[in-house]
Amino acid sequence: MDQQTATFEFLCRMGDNTLVLGHRVSEWCGKAPVLEEDIALANVALDLIGQTQMWLGLAAEVEGAGRTADDLAMLRDVWDFRSALLVEQPNGDFGQTLMRQYLFDQWHVAVLTALMESADPRVADIAAKSVKEARYHVERSADLVIRLGDGTEESHGRMQAALDKLWPFFGELFDDDPVDAAMAEAGIAPLPSGLRADVDQEVAAVMAQATLVIPADRFAHRGGKTGIRHSEHLGHMLTQMQWLQRAYPGATW
Amino acid sequence: MTRKEWPLWEVFIRGQRGLSHRHVGSLHAADAEMAVKNARDVYTRRNEGVSIWVVEAAKITASDPADKEAMYDPAESKVYRHPTFFDIPDEIKAM
Repeated sequence: MDQQTATFEFLCRMGDNTLVLGHRVSEWCGKAPVLEEDIALANVALDLIGQTQMWLGLAAEVEGAGRTADDLAMLRDVWDFRSALLVEQPNGDFGQTLMRQYLFDQWHVAVLTALMESADPRVADIAAKSVKEARYHVERSADLVIRLGDGTEESHGRMQAALDKLWPFFGELFDDDPVDAAMAEAGIAPLPSGLRADVDQEVAAVMAQATLVIPADRFAHRGGKTGIRHSEHLGHMLTQMQWLQRAYPGATW
Repeated sequence: MTRKEWPLWEVFIRGQRGLSHRHVGSLHAADAEMAVKNARDVYTRRNEGVSIWVVEAAKITASDPADKEAMYDPAESKVYRHPTFFDIPDEIKAM
């Protein structure tokens, strides 16, 4: 794999993660449990979509095929998406949404912090802008996971169920493959596996405070970041997200 | 299941360094820490502030609107309490 292809793939992975999660979180808009959470979730969604514009904008630039960030977001089909399986999982209840958010945020801060040292200044620049938002996201999601985990019997049960359900999707974020090897070789991005120990430590501390038990099984579903095997949920999400551009190509307002 | 509402908090934001905090509105939160986080999301998303204060609304002691005549009317006709009888030099301009 040549460097340009690997860089394009890597940037799509970063941008597709924030795009898919941003869209998922935006699905709460107008129907979160309380007004304050509704606005907070919308803020997080907007932060993630803003980061998507930067990552996919740079991906399009690197590809050099005349596509834009909008083209990549709205006109690719499921098999061309490079988002991890975790972010395409449905919202479920509020607890499941928060658990998905927390697991993502904890990884996100780690990867963005490492990317600030990227040999590619464009990547370092996007990471530096994004990490400020991600740090707030993880502070918020960790706080809520702790409150609900260590809350009532019902909230504890729901958070444990959410962790059990989402845990098998966490490992994929730390998988290494030839794209990652090429990025590490070029000094553009860290090897995902190298982030795991620190992130695991943070997650263990938060789950302990939340009185939640992390499943012992390290089995991980794979196939999102490579695009080989997305879950059935992503296609359904894209039909919602992309229908306007598909039905009215080039529509703007 | 009975539904327990979070307490109400009043939110004060300082817009810029040097200015004082101003009341901007209220919100619900389980405790003070969550109230600050919620205030950040609800009231500073358009870059409004550099500092947030929250006060539990129940902790605020307010004057009674029914006492308004006794409280405020006596100050009404006492113009001499305003320093408007001094000549201000032109170079001071507006005060």
